[in-house]
Amino acid sequence: MTDRQLPPDMPIAVKDPSRLSIALQSDFFYTFKRSPVAIISFAVVVIMVLAAIFAPLVAPYNPFDPASLNLMNGFSRPMTPNAFTGDTFWLGTDDQGRDVFSTILYGMRISLFVGAAAVLFAMILGITLGLLAGYVGGWTETIIMRIADVQLTFPAILVAMLIFGIAKGVTPVEHRDQMAIWVLIIAIGLSDWVQFARVVRGATLVEKNKEYVQAARLIGRRSPAIMVRHILPNVLSPVLVIATISLALAIIAEATLSFLGVGAPPTQPSLGTLIRIGQGFLFSGEWWILLFPAATLLALALSVNLLGDWLRDALNPRLR
Amino acid sequence: MLAFIIQRIAQSALVLLVVGLVAFSMFSFVGDPIDNMLGQERTQADIDRLRGQLGLDQPFPVQYVKFLGNAVQGNFGISYRQGRPVADILLERAPATLELAAVSGFLAIFMGIGLGVFTAIRREGFAANAIMSLSLIGVSLPTFLIGILLIYLFSVELGWLPSFGRGETVRVGGWTTGFLTESGLKALILPSITLGLYQMTLIMRLVRSEMLEVLRQDYIRFARARGLRERAVNFRHALKNTLVPVITVTGLQLGSIIAFAIITETVFQWPGVGLLFINAIQFVDIPVMAAYLMLISVMFVGINLIVDLLYFSIDPRLRADRTKAH
Repeated sequence: MTDRQLPPDMPIAVKDPSRLSIALQSDFFYTFKRSPVAIISFAVVVIMVLAAIFAPLVAPYNPFDPASLNLMNGFSRPMTPNAFTGDTFWLGTDDQGRDVFSTILYGMRISLFVGAAAVLFAMILGITLGLLAGYVGGWTETIIMRIADVQLTFPAILVAMLIFGIAKGVTPVEHRDQMAIWVLIIAIGLSDWVQFARVVRGATLVEKNKEYVQAARLIGRRSPAIMVRHILPNVLSPVLVIATISLALAIIAEATLSFLGVGAPPTQPSLGTLIRIGQGFLFSGEWWILLFPAATLLALALSVNLLGDWLRDALNPRLR
Repeated sequence: MLAFIIQRIAQSALVLLVVGLVAFSMFSFVGDPIDNMLGQERTQADIDRLRGQLGLDQPFPVQYVKFLGNAVQGNFGISYRQGRPVADILLERAPATLELAAVSGFLAIFMGIGLGVFTAIRREGFAANAIMSLSLIGVSLPTFLIGILLIYLFSVELGWLPSFGRGETVRVGGWTTGFLTESGLKALILPSITLGLYQMTLIMRLVRSEMLEVLRQDYIRFARARGLRERAVNFRHALKNTLVPVITVTGLQLGSIIAFAIITETVFQWPGVGLLFINAIQFVDIPVMAAYLMLISVMFVGINLIVDLLYFSIDPRLRADRTKAH
């Protein structure tokens, strides 16, 4: 009897697909490929984030290094050469001869950092309080959700301004500029946690009565472990959507505060600070000092917003 | 129903007490008023005497109650920066902000509802689609950029409208108004559009989506079948039933208009309460900050309360549910 032998190199079972190929074949990636808006806004965000991270390498000048500045280059129009080195100022210079393109790159760095850190802070705070409120219930829930309700009646930007003002009063004068960025992060973060807490609480209330949570409780896992290891992973997808939309709002909030002069200090200008500076030259005809930072802010906020919208639809098929 | 109203009022009062506590503790955290008021050459006796005069030697709760008592009577202390009573400064600035907010609110509500109904009825039309796309940009644009854009277009390029200030104002009793002079009215146009635009787009989108929902209902079809005119169907039957969510959002947005006035007032250097508040933050002028915080809280809490109570008069179903639950 001659059984046909398998050639030795023939695989017996299908190999486990790699993580990458799972991701590439997923429904999620499919809808991404089909949405030009998502692809374009994703590309814009990625390019801007990379440009911001590598600003010291990408930027032709370091706008905060006094040695590279020369007042003779002040108010250069876009696409005009540097009077000394002959390099081109692509987007012109401001009154002090700082290259606008470089200041935008450095400004974007601060805007993105403050925005991302504030959202992260709000997310951690909101998830923790939301889980506690949903899982523990009782007085804890009442207190947390009451505070959330009260805070929600005030616009986030107003809350952030107040926190910024109080923190500014508390910090000693000589540290104010240094602390401003961190104060800004805390102020925006504290003004924005409610969204996260509400969604997480709602999802937790649904999850905590499911069988897997009861099972975990039966085998004696303790409450903190159940909250973090079992419930948290199952409530994260709406959190992701809110985080993206919050990021756009946080970037705009930071820009607004800095524009109003109660945010990033002039020594560390963010996009909002640059717009504030640029507004001063609107009447004298140096439009580029204002236009380019404003356009950058707009492109950034709009792409993050569109990406968030798309993410919401993609993660929630019922809405499609 | 009465129980609900009492509960809501008690809740609002509690919120105001907490806000008052925050405002009060700002004074104690930020600097010692004695240091601000006495010069270099002071003795311990001076300090003790002033402490006694100001009531700072009394226990915290007593001081807090006194602070609240003063605040209720409109006594918010003296501005660190201007050296004048905060209440006077606020009263002087209030008309500018209230006039701006009133015009913006009017614009937002009427344009918002009008455009919302229009875009819902002409859903497929070119104009409606154009308005919807524009509104998407309007929502994403930060307020201050809209203001700058308008200044650039209408003040710098065209030179039609002033870019800052209130223009000429007329004093009527204790109120300064910009409504009565040409320059005052001109100066109002750009700031009120800037301030009202976001709220307008919000109301418009809400009215549109609610209208689309309602227009599908049977009673609308029936109203059409009865041969009622389009206008009657749209406004008398459909719009009326979209009002519950619209009033909620509109009410809450009216509060935001006052808050967002801070931004608009800064862009246009409008001499109102918001600009005062921003300057107070920049110079850490605690009495002004505390007073603004309390005033705006009273307003927000009041608006929320009114909106909640309005529900009951608009939607009888809510009344029925409540009484059953109790």
